[in-house]
Amino acid sequence: MTFLGLSAEMLARIQFAFTVSFHFLFPAFSIGTASYLAVLNALWLWKRDEAYLKLFEYWKTIFAVTFAMGVVSGIVMSYQFGTNWSAFSDKAGPVIGPLMGYEVLTAFFLEAGFLGIALFGRKRVGDAAHMVAVAMVAIGTLISATWITSANSWMHTPAGFSTDANGVFIPEDWWQIIFNPSFPYRMVHTVLAAFLTTAFAVGAVGAWHLLRDRENRQARIMFSMAMWMAAIVTPIQIFVGDLHGLNTLEHQPAKVAAMEGHYETHTNGAPLILFGIPDDEAETTRYAVEVPKLGSLILKHQLDGEIKGLKEWPRDQRPRALMPFITFRVMVGIGFLMLGLGLWSLWARWKGTLYDSPWLQRSAVVMGGSGFVAVLAGWYTTEVGRQPWTVYGHLRTAESLSPVSAPAVGTSLLIFIAVYFIVFGIGVYYLLKLMRRPPTPLDTHRELEAGPIRTAGITPGAAQEQPLGGRHGH
Amino acid sequence: MDIDLSFIWAGIIAFAVLAYVVLDGFDLGIGIVFPFFRKRRDRDVMTNSIAPVWDGNETWLVLGGGGLMAVFPLAYAIILPALYMPIILMLVSLIFRGVAFEFRWRTHHESHLWDFGFWIGSSVAALMQGIALGALVQGIAVEGRQYAGGWWDWLTPFSILTGVAVLVGYALLGVTWLNLKTTGDIQARSAKLARPLSLALLALIGIVSLWTPFINEMYFERWFGWPTAFFSSFVPLLLALCALALWHGLTHDKHLQPFLAALGLFVLSFAGLGISFYPYMIPGVLTIQDAAAPESSLKFLLVGAVVLVPIILVYTAYAYWVFRGKIDPEEGYH
Repeated sequence: MTFLGLSAEMLARIQFAFTVSFHFLFPAFSIGTASYLAVLNALWLWKRDEAYLKLFEYWKTIFAVTFAMGVVSGIVMSYQFGTNWSAFSDKAGPVIGPLMGYEVLTAFFLEAGFLGIALFGRKRVGDAAHMVAVAMVAIGTLISATWITSANSWMHTPAGFSTDANGVFIPEDWWQIIFNPSFPYRMVHTVLAAFLTTAFAVGAVGAWHLLRDRENRQARIMFSMAMWMAAIVTPIQIFVGDLHGLNTLEHQPAKVAAMEGHYETHTNGAPLILFGIPDDEAETTRYAVEVPKLGSLILKHQLDGEIKGLKEWPRDQRPRALMPFITFRVMVGIGFLMLGLGLWSLWARWKGTLYDSPWLQRSAVVMGGSGFVAVLAGWYTTEVGRQPWTVYGHLRTAESLSPVSAPAVGTSLLIFIAVYFIVFGIGVYYLLKLMRRPPTPLDTHRELEAGPIRTAGITPGAAQEQPLGGRHGH
Repeated sequence: MDIDLSFIWAGIIAFAVLAYVVLDGFDLGIGIVFPFFRKRRDRDVMTNSIAPVWDGNETWLVLGGGGLMAVFPLAYAIILPALYMPIILMLVSLIFRGVAFEFRWRTHHESHLWDFGFWIGSSVAALMQGIALGALVQGIAVEGRQYAGGWWDWLTPFSILTGVAVLVGYALLGVTWLNLKTTGDIQARSAKLARPLSLALLALIGIVSLWTPFINEMYFERWFGWPTAFFSSFVPLLLALCALALWHGLTHDKHLQPFLAALGLFVLSFAGLGISFYPYMIPGVLTIQDAAAPESSLKFLLVGAVVLVPIILVYTAYAYWVFRGKIDPEEGYH
């Protein structure tokens, strides 16, 4: 049975890709924002400079909205393994499940338990306990990222298990499962990506307000902090990304072949295909623009290193090449643009014109969403490159599906598409609205008119439209 | 050893589900009774009364789902496809409910739309949870290691009845919570609303209880066969006591007692379900032991759960303690 001409498997894959893509945008931003809030709050407590406190309050509201969207879209994920991928859950649940169980126990409860205090409780618990709560939320997001990338990495590079007669994966060595071969690289790469995503978003907001008022102190602080992150973290990320790629070459060479658009094995130095259109049917990359030997140099760190092509694997064990090929180039391209902006900001800083370079700031505004695009592109590269397996080399995607009919999966997919675009579309609009508010000038006390700040906190609507909250406490 | 671990885990999962039901129950209940409180200011107070804790409350649902996959993967793999539509609709509803907390403050003109989303999201989520429960009680078709029914099997008069029961029950939890946490007009109206809700819930519990034993013989044996009936009979007795305490609290202007009594009704109904189900996870088909993950999975996560769940309970209690007492409508939560 099909639905709109699509099989249940394809619909379930689209549904997972769709829901996880939306979901991932929010933690990609909130992981970095939580740490940023912890830094801002610590700076406020340390220096007692109001600018940091106001920045904390400014980003706190944005964080709360993002976090809420991350939570509700995340719950969908924890049930989708069962609704659409029950055969996967039955077989891989004993390995994946406990990792996600630890994520809930060590991270989700920590975040949720302290979020209320971090957002609303400064006055009730005092500065010290409030700082602890803010730090707990930030640490929680990082612990969460650690567990979920471990679980995801295990699907790419499974280790530490045996299988029984039913095809169930039996955990044998949890150390090997958690620290499976691709986990350290993927985890660091993902967390740095989240930090960069936040940094470029913060940088864009700072730059936007600097373009309107270059004296705005909070905008300057935001922009400066973000550009330090861009200049320092981007090169580290490129280095880590290279290591992650080498790790992938070792454990999932077919994925790398797809990313590189190689169908033939090159024994005498592979070219780097800059652009082209991989064609799985014809087993060739059309319109390829190549640099000789550079592919081997990057992947093997020597000019004549052997790179395997997709033809090394039977057709039913290859990923489709087009998507990883394109998304990989998008991710890498953005990475180098980020590096360029970081270096430009260093140059401007050195010349003392960091806050007076409209073109730098305009570029930073343009790059504001680049982290989100890069993060998704990177995910598509690695996840599509994992196909046709869910547990690489051991469990096929087609064997992971629930016994649900295509109309059921198709209907739920349409529901998700409608709801996500409406709810999260409007949510993103609200986020942009929040970011458009200028950070309040320090020398006045007009903050109530300007929007949510310390006393109005999470409920700035109160300050905007009626007297509940906000009006007292100053 | 193997046996012990799977039963310990059944207890932990049951605890997580119960914690979710009672904690998010009053959150959802507040959304369900939104239409009875039309003023923006009242709704601000109502959502503020749960804003600091709802996220933690909902996390128990993630533990219930994620935990089930970890330690009873076979049950997870059969139950979720069987309850496909109720689960999807519940998830989508929880999205509307969850974002409303933030979104209703982000807009001037459309806030009533998010209030509507908060109401419909809370109500449909509650209804679907009850329907899912009813569908599980009435049984699931299984072949081999997979669900073998269609995607509308869950929809029956019985499951609709349990859906309505949970909806009404959450509404009662919501208004008794408001009776506890608010003052003045909101409290008075909540207490008033609690009376018809109590009567409706007790009636629904009665109907479901009388219907359940006739769904299959196993349930009947549990409730009317000797000697199990002796132990089972404590449940209705304690339910009656809770009902009296609830009514006494509502008629004597008690603030905490009705809420605790309403929680008691939920705990006892849940215990009643346990009596019907034990030792099955899917009635008549899959036992706790059959559904359990390999011992290495059970052990690994149990180590964490034994250490972490008490810690979670401590800091969750601390978060409730920080925001204790009546809400000052002038303070908001800031």
